[in-house]
Amino acid sequence: MLILTCPYCGIDADETELAPGGEAHLKREGPDSSDDAFEAYLFARDNVRGIHLERWRHAYGCGKWFLAARDTATLEVLGTYSAQTSEPPAEIRTRIQERQAR
Amino acid sequence: MSMRLATGGRVIDRTRPIEFTFDGRVMRGYEGDTVASALLANGQLLMGRSFKYHRPRSVVASGAEEPNALMTIGKGGRETPNVRATEQLLEEGLEVRSQNAWPSLGLDIGRINDFGARFLPAGFYYKTFIHPRPFWKHVFEPFIRKAAGLGPAPTRPDEDRYEFTYDFCDVLVVGGGIAGLIAARDAAADGARVMLVERGPHFGGRAVIDGDVIDGQPAEDWVKAVVQELAAMENVTLLTRCEGSGVYDHGYVLCDEAVSGPVRQRLRRVRAGHVIAATGALERPLSFAGNDLPGVLLASALRDYVVAHGVSVGDRTVIVTNNDDAYRTAKVLIEAGLRVPAILDARTEVDSPLVSEVKALGVDVHLGRALAKVLGPSHVSGVAVCLQAGEGAVMQEISCDCVAMSGGWSPVVHLWSHCGGKLFWDEERAMFRPDPNRPPTGADGKGFVTCVGAASGALTTAEVVASASNGTPPEVEPETTTPIAPVWIMPHGAGAKLRAKMWLDFQNDVKVSDVRLAAQEGFESVEHAKRYTTLGMATDQGKLSNINGLAVLSERLDTPIPQVGTTTFRPPYTPITLGALAGEAKGDLFQPLRQTPMHDWHVEAGAYMEPVGHWRRPYCYPKGRESHAQAVEREVKTVREALGMLDASTLGKLLVRGPDAGRFLDMLYTNMMSNLKPGRCRYGLMCDENGFLIDDGVVARIDEQTWLCHTTTGGADRIHAWMEDWLQCEWWDWKVHVVNLTEQFAQIAVVGPNARKVLEKLGGMDLSAEALPFMAWAEDELGGFPVRVFRISFSGELSYEIAVAAGQGRALWDRLMAEGQPFGMTPYGTEALHVLRAEKGFIMIGDETDGTVVPQDLGLDWAISKKKTDYLGKRGQMRPEFHKPDRWKLVGLETLDGSVLEEGAYAVARGTNANGQQNVEGRVTSTYYSPTLGRGIAMGLVARGPQRMGDILRFTRIGKEPQEARIVSPVFYDPEGEKQNV
Amino acid sequence: MSDITVSTPGPIGMITLRGAMEVLGSVVTKVTGCALPERRKFSVSGAYAALWMSPDELLLVCDHDEADEIAKRLTTELGAAFATVAVVSDARAVFDLAGPEAHRALAKLCPVDFPRLAENEVRRTRMAQVPAALWRHGEGWRVVCFRSVAGYAERLLTNAAA
Repeated sequence: MLILTCPYCGIDADETELAPGGEAHLKREGPDSSDDAFEAYLFARDNVRGIHLERWRHAYGCGKWFLAARDTATLEVLGTYSAQTSEPPAEIRTRIQERQAR
Repeated sequence: MSMRLATGGRVIDRTRPIEFTFDGRVMRGYEGDTVASALLANGQLLMGRSFKYHRPRSVVASGAEEPNALMTIGKGGRETPNVRATEQLLEEGLEVRSQNAWPSLGLDIGRINDFGARFLPAGFYYKTFIHPRPFWKHVFEPFIRKAAGLGPAPTRPDEDRYEFTYDFCDVLVVGGGIAGLIAARDAAADGARVMLVERGPHFGGRAVIDGDVIDGQPAEDWVKAVVQELAAMENVTLLTRCEGSGVYDHGYVLCDEAVSGPVRQRLRRVRAGHVIAATGALERPLSFAGNDLPGVLLASALRDYVVAHGVSVGDRTVIVTNNDDAYRTAKVLIEAGLRVPAILDARTEVDSPLVSEVKALGVDVHLGRALAKVLGPSHVSGVAVCLQAGEGAVMQEISCDCVAMSGGWSPVVHLWSHCGGKLFWDEERAMFRPDPNRPPTGADGKGFVTCVGAASGALTTAEVVASASNGTPPEVEPETTTPIAPVWIMPHGAGAKLRAKMWLDFQNDVKVSDVRLAAQEGFESVEHAKRYTTLGMATDQGKLSNINGLAVLSERLDTPIPQVGTTTFRPPYTPITLGALAGEAKGDLFQPLRQTPMHDWHVEAGAYMEPVGHWRRPYCYPKGRESHAQAVEREVKTVREALGMLDASTLGKLLVRGPDAGRFLDMLYTNMMSNLKPGRCRYGLMCDENGFLIDDGVVARIDEQTWLCHTTTGGADRIHAWMEDWLQCEWWDWKVHVVNLTEQFAQIAVVGPNARKVLEKLGGMDLSAEALPFMAWAEDELGGFPVRVFRISFSGELSYEIAVAAGQGRALWDRLMAEGQPFGMTPYGTEALHVLRAEKGFIMIGDETDGTVVPQDLGLDWAISKKKTDYLGKRGQMRPEFHKPDRWKLVGLETLDGSVLEEGAYAVARGTNANGQQNVEGRVTSTYYSPTLGRGIAMGLVARGPQRMGDILRFTRIGKEPQEARIVSPVFYDPEGEKQNV
Repeated sequence: MSDITVSTPGPIGMITLRGAMEVLGSVVTKVTGCALPERRKFSVSGAYAALWMSPDELLLVCDHDEADEIAKRLTTELGAAFATVAVVSDARAVFDLAGPEAHRALAKLCPVDFPRLAENEVRRTRMAQVPAALWRHGEGWRVVCFRSVAGYAERLLTNAAA
């Protein structure tokens, strides 16, 4: 029963207020893409034992999608951040690097 | 013989007698008694029959860890099976029944299993009940079903009420013994919000029973003072009869609270900043032959009954132990005037004040001794003594009627372990203890559970208070004790015959010989051995058996205990009723049913309501004694010939607005939507990125920057979320807003040749064919109601969908009903709706689509824009699979004899496939009786269907020969589409 | 908890506003007098209230019969700015909980730390199985959910208050 802080409305949201959305930062492949790239876009997902960048929607709250860096093995949350970005903000990237170095 | 003592019993009130029944016999106890203590007081030692072998059993323990005395309490809507007699408090008139015995507890036929025990070792069922195969369904399975399980499942709905509460605190302390009280007091002193939950009815734990002295006071007085102090603090919540049941992610803890009053149980869903587990420790049984006989108990349980309930189990008690703590029981028994003929201590050297004290009372202490076996036959009548170091040669027999055993203590580490806390094996204390360097970690990566008191491995009161306090602990005299000598089987060299009578898991009837058998069969991991033998898998979750069992495995495998390890601890700590987990969600609160503004009218009109997701919609409105089929037939006919009205409020209405709204909708739909003119409507298709059709609906252009998208009923929330996902996560710099207006408007479809007439009768806006042509919309007033009218048709008839503010929906519906009577108005439901559209060959999401169908399969190529370079699903639809020449495509189907094809029927083709299965070349997607045509009609997907017009196919029927049907156009009625255009 | 009452206050006007707060703020103040509310808070001016729903969404509360007119005025004032105004009065059901410990009833249904909510905070959350918004109203609480589940919500609140 996770708690994730929604970066948009600031609430420490109970997991029951949230809807999960799978892997973050997927790149959409359109009509110009190769079969391999399109297949990866549709089906290939990282199955990380460790820090996972993932999508969550504050479904029973402000309704916004946000992203989280979460360790799938220990449940440590390294941070939540805006969905309108292609990579985590610097502060969270640093924390991830420190964690992975340990 | 067990009985009530003349005096004593801390928790009972001898001025308040209570009458209850046990297996139909009336018995008496006192307020404060548990069923167990009351049965013992009445001389009722026999309390149950074991699961597999039906051996006679009595209590072994006095608390949550009790494995044998499981009762069925109450009856009817309050019947509860598998209640531990040690936990159920007596109430006036309580009905208690023993379990797993037939015809009676005393004379149980199941005892036969015990005599065949040699043939029923652990895992016997993996090798039996296999042949002859036909016997499984009618012989083996019914027999196993009857024999399986403990108590009978109740057959009546639960009458009681349950509820949740969401609690928040900085510190949750689980356990109200002295460690928990100290931890709570220290945490609260800093102003933190503290919750202290104690699973029993009283605070104080073991200290009160064992007569500890704290800060110079008897523990009882000290506890009372601290509880009062805590109760007076605003930032502290104290709860009894509330069990900390499970620790989950990020400080989430479930607590199960027994409540008096209209609500029976309350599930407290607690979010704690930190959890302090002061959950104590459980005494371990010793594994000697006959350790499951009625009259053999844990040493601490025995003194619990004497001190707390004033009940003795036997007059003469032999104590067998490998540690000092059991000697306390000797003191208590003697003080109560009972006899202790001997203490058998497996250790060879013992030197502690407590032991000396007991010896000074005149008790014979024999060192290096063990029990070879307990003498029965049906309850304790004596013990056979041997050397612990030997093989069990009997040295003497001692007559007694009670045996108190102690194999050491195991800290209750469940809450620590649930969310990943690790343990270490303390060799000196012979126990698994929480490893403070590897706690369960929370969202911040730091530990969020701490164990204090006996739960952390403390064994003396001085150690307990020191571990619990974060400041100055209360004053307690330190104790010196002789260390425990681990004893995993008794005696050490016991042979197979004795080992087959040493019980480990009392509830699942698992013996030392079974665990050794598991190792022999190759199930060497502790998790495998557990599943093979079922040790630790009963409702007591192995509280008394886990450690003893893994120690036996470790000896058999010649592997150190820490390497064997424990099995996984999982919540709940003790069983939780399903009612508590459901909370308020039963009966009319089970699901949030969704109702339109006209719901009451439908119900009063006698509509048969059907579920569409959480909505309830009218399926049909039977008149008089009509069957559903007759009602549907009448409704369809009336709509085609005169006039009908349908509640369409559940369909999604999404407002999409902004400078980039057109561009956005062009991506979401297969059609072009950006060039839809204001005032006009267009039927659109939506696909997922795989290319499959996921929703359809009419889009209306409201103004320059505004579109209104209709979705299917099931699609409203789904498509809204889909749109927001793309706008927030992919195209976040596009300027588009989406507002879900589904519930803002009631929507009424007025349909049939007389539709315009009834609307014109209401007066107001101009609804002539010129003013409002087909596929246009207009906003104005109708009969005094401000409305938006869409001239769209799902039936192929003249049709208007009228949107009005939901608060006026019912009034408009009533008005239209009234004004429509002279024109033959009938309400019609979802089934007539489905038939009408099928007669016109219109597809339905969920019938013609199943997640594998693309628009091109349904002849909807016209709805796919050729001009667009991209839309959601376009790339997916480019894949060769969708362009194969024999792809299954939409056609109409007419049986040769006019009957109705079966739902889900398949068109049978010649030959079989590589798996030997019949080849098929098509399937039915929608099938109905058409009142308009007087025959069955269907739509289906058929290989190369559109190129095979006129071909005859054979469709499956369940239990009958296939029926023949011809491939035809799916538009059965009014193929030119004239009627909707009038 | 028999001293907690559940009542329905009758139709209330509600308008959804979408757009950047900088765009919406001055228009809302001009038309209703309400200050732009801070994150998760609401502001009041006479018969009007402005509630923060999300970083680009406000909810305006007014008299039910006035909603259409207020919506029109807002639309006019917003002009060509990228913003959306939609009347949603009829899409919602509203309940008032009154009583000294009314939040205890809500604490059975919502995973919310009620004692820690600020005075004028709007909290969107789940109420048992439906989405809901709630805020302090008088001595008690006002709860808003979708119209279609009004029956369920009323039974839920009444059951919790009992």
